[in-house]
Amino acid sequence: MAFEGIGASVKRREDLRFLSGRGNYTDDINRPGQLHAVLVRSPHPHARITGIDTAAAKAAPGVAAVFVGADLAAENIGGLPCGWQIHNKDGSPMAEPPHPVLAIGKVRHVGDPVAVVIAETKAQAKDAAELVSVSYDVLKGAPSLEAALRPGAPLVHDEVGGNLCYDWHIGDKDATDAAFAGAHKVARLELVNNRLIPNAMEPRAAVGEFDTMSGDYTLYTTSQNPHVIRLLMGAFVLHIPEHKLRVVAPDVGGGFGSKIYHYAEEAIVTWASAKVKRPVKWTADRTESFMSDAHGRDHVTVAEMAMDANGKFLGLRVHTHANMGAYLSTFAPCVPTYLYATLLAGTYTTPAIYAEVKAVFTHSVPVDAYRGAGRPEASFLIERLVDQCAIAMGMDRVEIRRRNFIPSSAFPYQTPVALQYDSGDYVATLEACLKASDWAGFEARRAAAKARGKLRGIGISTYLEACGIAPSAVVGSLGARAGLYEVANIRVNPTGSITVFTGTHSHGQGHETTFAQLMAAKFGVPMDQVDIVHGDTARIPFGMGTYGSRSLAVGGSAMDRAADKIIAKGKKIAAHLLEADAADIEFKDGKFQVAGTDRSKALAEISLTAYVPHNYPIEELEPGLEETAFYDPKNFTYPGGCHICEVEIDPDTGVVSVVNFTAVDDVGRVINPMIVEGQVQGGVAQGIGQALLETCVYDADGQLLSGSMMDYTMPRADNLPNISVGTSVTLCTHNPLGVKGCGEVGAIGSPPAVIGAVVDALKDHGITHIDMPATPQKVWGIINANRPRMAAE
Amino acid sequence: MYEFTYHRPGSVADAVKLLADPDARAMSGGMTLIPTLKQRLARPTAVVDLSGIGELKGITVSGGTVKIGGMTTHATVASSADVAKAIPALAKLAAHIGDAQVRNRGTMGGSVANHDPAADYPGAVLALGATVHTNTRAIAADDFFNGMFSTALEPGEIVTAISFPVPEKAAYVKFPNPASRYAMVGVFVAKGPAGVRVAVTGAGANGVFRHAAMEAALAKNWSAAALDGVTTPVDDLNGDIHASKEYRAHLIGVMAKRAVAAAG
Ligand SMILES: Cc1cc2nc3c(=O)[nH]c(=O)nc-3n(C[C@H](O)[C@H](O)[C@H](O)COP(=O)(O)OP(=O)(O)OC[C@H]3O[C@@H](n4cnc5c(N)ncnc54)[C@H](O)[C@@H]3O)c2cc1C
Repeated sequence: MAFEGIGASVKRREDLRFLSGRGNYTDDINRPGQLHAVLVRSPHPHARITGIDTAAAKAAPGVAAVFVGADLAAENIGGLPCGWQIHNKDGSPMAEPPHPVLAIGKVRHVGDPVAVVIAETKAQAKDAAELVSVSYDVLKGAPSLEAALRPGAPLVHDEVGGNLCYDWHIGDKDATDAAFAGAHKVARLELVNNRLIPNAMEPRAAVGEFDTMSGDYTLYTTSQNPHVIRLLMGAFVLHIPEHKLRVVAPDVGGGFGSKIYHYAEEAIVTWASAKVKRPVKWTADRTESFMSDAHGRDHVTVAEMAMDANGKFLGLRVHTHANMGAYLSTFAPCVPTYLYATLLAGTYTTPAIYAEVKAVFTHSVPVDAYRGAGRPEASFLIERLVDQCAIAMGMDRVEIRRRNFIPSSAFPYQTPVALQYDSGDYVATLEACLKASDWAGFEARRAAAKARGKLRGIGISTYLEACGIAPSAVVGSLGARAGLYEVANIRVNPTGSITVFTGTHSHGQGHETTFAQLMAAKFGVPMDQVDIVHGDTARIPFGMGTYGSRSLAVGGSAMDRAADKIIAKGKKIAAHLLEADAADIEFKDGKFQVAGTDRSKALAEISLTAYVPHNYPIEELEPGLEETAFYDPKNFTYPGGCHICEVEIDPDTGVVSVVNFTAVDDVGRVINPMIVEGQVQGGVAQGIGQALLETCVYDADGQLLSGSMMDYTMPRADNLPNISVGTSVTLCTHNPLGVKGCGEVGAIGSPPAVIGAVVDALKDHGITHIDMPATPQKVWGIINANRPRMAAE
Repeated sequence: MYEFTYHRPGSVADAVKLLADPDARAMSGGMTLIPTLKQRLARPTAVVDLSGIGELKGITVSGGTVKIGGMTTHATVASSADVAKAIPALAKLAAHIGDAQVRNRGTMGGSVANHDPAADYPGAVLALGATVHTNTRAIAADDFFNGMFSTALEPGEIVTAISFPVPEKAAYVKFPNPASRYAMVGVFVAKGPAGVRVAVTGAGANGVFRHAAMEAALAKNWSAAALDGVTTPVDDLNGDIHASKEYRAHLIGVMAKRAVAAAG
């Protein structure tokens, strides 16, 4: 047997079914008698609904039912809830306008659902959907931050003046102002963090089923957190008690955050299945995904850094506007606040920080967490600003970072913006990355590129992020309406094989492998003796799901704790069988052994005894070998590292090619290096996508111009270099595994390195910053504006 | 997709009969038609699949002409040794259309008949001075394309083949749209029996067009340097979120020079 312990690159066991097309995704689920739902969506960014005529649709062939917002309202169906409440500077709560499942009175973005048609076949449902006649009084839309903040801008919600959801701040304003007053130099940067459309490979889908005999509901859905959906939908929307509602998230083909949230379609198919007394299925087509999956990012920010004469950072001031879209998606409010502004210290000792964030409603798709969630926005801002600081000081970009790093001796390190970092070694990741990327040899590569007519540049990012969310009490005090512990239930079966039920959910991360590897090592059994179960509220304990790179740090820690309980119980059983004292039993390599002797019992012997308790300490110990642990983390985890990117620009066309990318990340203890490498590479691909290719474009009225793959530039293999990934580890000090998380670091660390490289390549063209994405058109515009015009142009 | 009747005739004559219905639509590779149907943007009564018509397929080279059947796929053109020998620029163009799946289904007849302003083949047809053969007539390239998604084809008329005079020199250079990978700007330059011709695809608001100023410059002096100072008026160009008219005008110059350099 090949080594499969902690640190082994075990191949992903789930890939057999994924790569051979035999996964079981929500759309693969077909229930007997199932009907098909098609949504009628708003073609307008903003309009009053003056009438909906469903008669023709109801009479169309195969149609079982047509429902509109009023039908749901008549049954007291609630709006989609928001899971996080932010408070304004003055202590008042944020504006939290209703988010009806189907629009009532008004539509607020292109794609806002207005009606649902349910028919025998999807084609019939589509035919009938065209017969739903909605009369609109079209109003002016304000899809962008700029448009929604303009005086007299159309209001997204009549009751929310100025379209302002909240006006929040963090940090010490006076101390920061004082730092600026005494500054030697100030660097300033205005930037846009571009809006992204997640585009998981699997579109969202949902199947609702109602058992008329038992009154039980089942929802199969593309979710990263089935229990959260059960809680939100059951308690707040459909008023179904939890014991009557089962939510199953089977194989999920990518989520990147967009499948965290509770969406209207889930409530619709569940509710409708009881109305029509047959299962109801909905699957998004790609066009619907573009206009109904929560989007990501979309910030406009002004930031300033005050420095002393040595380039030491004295103070950081940040003003951000964040686009919430038309409604508050499940976790939207926390993204530009607690997942963003608390990160603004980055890896630096900046002693005073003050950040103001205004969240704004616009006539666009709701915006929520997307791979990185707030931390990519923070790291982009900090790392780009640090580059500006280097320019302002006339200092080297690496040197100014070194001067300001939090030294590894300073941990635990309290930042001025709430977080306390537990561990890290930023010099170590920097040095390793400088070496691996041959930073020192760059000027020779630049000169060689120049000889080929290309502009070559190099960029660096020494980022930090906070993940493994999160201590429940902390996030609760910050406005979370949920706990963020994780849970694991471990069942050692009578013959010694192990089934682990986890509250986390895998949507491509390889949990079935990593967790099995972890548990196999813990119990000293081969991996094939361990199975990981997730995704079904009828099977798993109440867990919080997967997002914020939390699964291993929080879910894995819960597993570790549950395993400890199993081992503790096993020791008692072993002590009984071996006629020894439980305190003298050691558990090692799958065996319970009396210390200092060769007398031992294998795990399978102990488990068999536990379930066949003939010779058993039955007075003191219950039979069985199954334990549950809930693990509430003590702190966030703080992965960080260094990303270095090299680009070449074709000055004739403005095309930017990423020619080298090197990442050295500290993700804490590495369980499976291959999976870590894959996660980092995937994240970097998305980071390069954000930096060079992807952007969501609305026209001035709110029509989505980048609404298909024809116009939304997803990164493809030929846009990406060979991404070199390394790790340099410090252990997390507060979880039992020492792990930090690797799911998002790629997307968080890479964009500033890419843009830094583009700016470096263009340094002779009079710019110090370029907004993402650095498209050929944009780059050519810069080159063209900064050179003498030649007749051929 | 709305319901329609599906036909798969075995001859051009039968196809023409079926296409007498003004609401019937021909289908070759279906790479454009099927997405249009799926998005419910078209509602034909019948789809007449031309893929069963043997006489529409194949490549012949004779007397300085390469003749390619309308139903010939991009993959076939790309991998044809005959095309690679006679007009390597054409084989190369075909090899860079879409992706492998699209090249295995999409056809030259479908592409040319559709006249998507971002399609690649129209550039070759126009620059090489090709002739478009239909079931009723032969149409010179200069008379064939007449506006975005518009051609000289009459309703029900089928492109049966396209014949290309073999040029002395030719090359095509494409700047792909970053998202769709269709041509954002594509320039096909050729020097041959039809003279010096430069066709620009992807950029024109009215589809493919010939670049008279570049043709004049290259006729005098076939070299990339001859294009220095030759500009493209922006008025009739296309502008979108990926490329303004000005950027497209600039790229036409760059792609043209690269094409001339590649043609040798
Ligand atoms: C993902 C994708 C990427 C693509 N990328 C590119 C690209 O980079 N460059 C490029 O040039 N193209 C590209 N295409 C287009 C593709 O290569 C085909 O050329 C195009 O779809 C038309 O060819 P077809 O055979 O599929 O025609 P069809 O879809 O079958 O037909 C298109 C139209 O032409 C009509 N028609 C078809 N055949 C005939 C005929 N013989 N006579 C008269 N009318 C006819 C049909 O009625 C229809 O209106 C792409 C397509 C896809 C789906």
